[in-house]
Amino acid sequence: MPVIRKKEKKEIGQISTSSLPDIVFMILFFFMVSTSMKETELVVKFKAPQATEIQKLENKSLVSYIYVGPPATRELIAKFGEAPKIQLNSSFSDPEQIGQFIASEREQLNESDRNKMTVCLKADKDTRMGVITDIKQELRKAEAYKISYAATKAVGKLQ
Amino acid sequence: MARKTPEINASSMADIAFLLLIFFLVATTMDIDSGLNRVLPPWSDNQTEAPDIKERNLMMVHVNKYDQIAVQGELVQVNQLKDRAKEWVLNVANDGNLPEKKEVEIDLIGKYMVSQGIISLQNDRGTSYEMYMKVQNELTRAFNEIRDELSKAHFGRTFQELEKNQQDAIAVAVPVKISEAEPQNIK
Repeated sequence: MPVIRKKEKKEIGQISTSSLPDIVFMILFFFMVSTSMKETELVVKFKAPQATEIQKLENKSLVSYIYVGPPATRELIAKFGEAPKIQLNSSFSDPEQIGQFIASEREQLNESDRNKMTVCLKADKDTRMGVITDIKQELRKAEAYKISYAATKAVGKLQ
Repeated sequence: MARKTPEINASSMADIAFLLLIFFLVATTMDIDSGLNRVLPPWSDNQTEAPDIKERNLMMVHVNKYDQIAVQGELVQVNQLKDRAKEWVLNVANDGNLPEKKEVEIDLIGKYMVSQGIISLQNDRGTSYEMYMKVQNELTRAFNEIRDELSKAHFGRTFQELEKNQQDAIAVAVPVKISEAEPQNIK
């Protein structure tokens, strides 16, 4: 005899949220490990040129940064003009100060790593080569020969 | 009888974790620095002394302040540069005006005619950095393509996919020789 079943009111049990903290912690740890904090406040603004043949900088602790570009804010432009400036650490500098900067950066490294030090030159694409050449000459004098011209990966072909 | 310790309410744990998570999400910068790696020549006080390089082994690339490019004194466009450089370095026909080759015995590859050509890149103080980087990029691309071709011929894979020792062998066979010359003013 067929029995017509009464539609049972099925209640969906509450989803357990007890594992939510675990999941969130997992994501948190991922970000904590993969993160690198911004070390210096930029006082210049730059847009790196594009390139296709770029290589990654392997060891971040061995890299020193030199930024080149026009001053970042209106106040700074009013004070220093629009011409591209060099930023070492967190302030504007002259090319002559690069030698000192390299020496102090080198001081912070292990003795065995000193010759592996790389200088990453982050320059705005509209900079003229005059400034860059000055920097390069100073780096040569300071015996920091390994240099990396920062560039962003070009999507597709360069025009 | 020992008293039971009351259970700590862990429901706010998620909120705390979320707070931390959001902090790290905001503070994080994921971009890995990348760029074109170069080695600068050592400083010498005697700037006039030119290194002794045969003329045929030197490809002069000039970029002037109007961002025009000249290869061996001849105007070219950026997109022609890679092929020009490649042709010149490889010197397939053993032309007397193109760079010499020296036979070198290399592990894993055997005897290989290594091109002695050096590309000398000169720029003006007024050249834009963007154009300079484009030229650097094209020249690097020329060498990378030569390396890739040689890797495929010998190991059947591109340079990037090779083992470390194979890469070293290819790097000996095709050295990236781009010299950044002493700054000069060019017209």
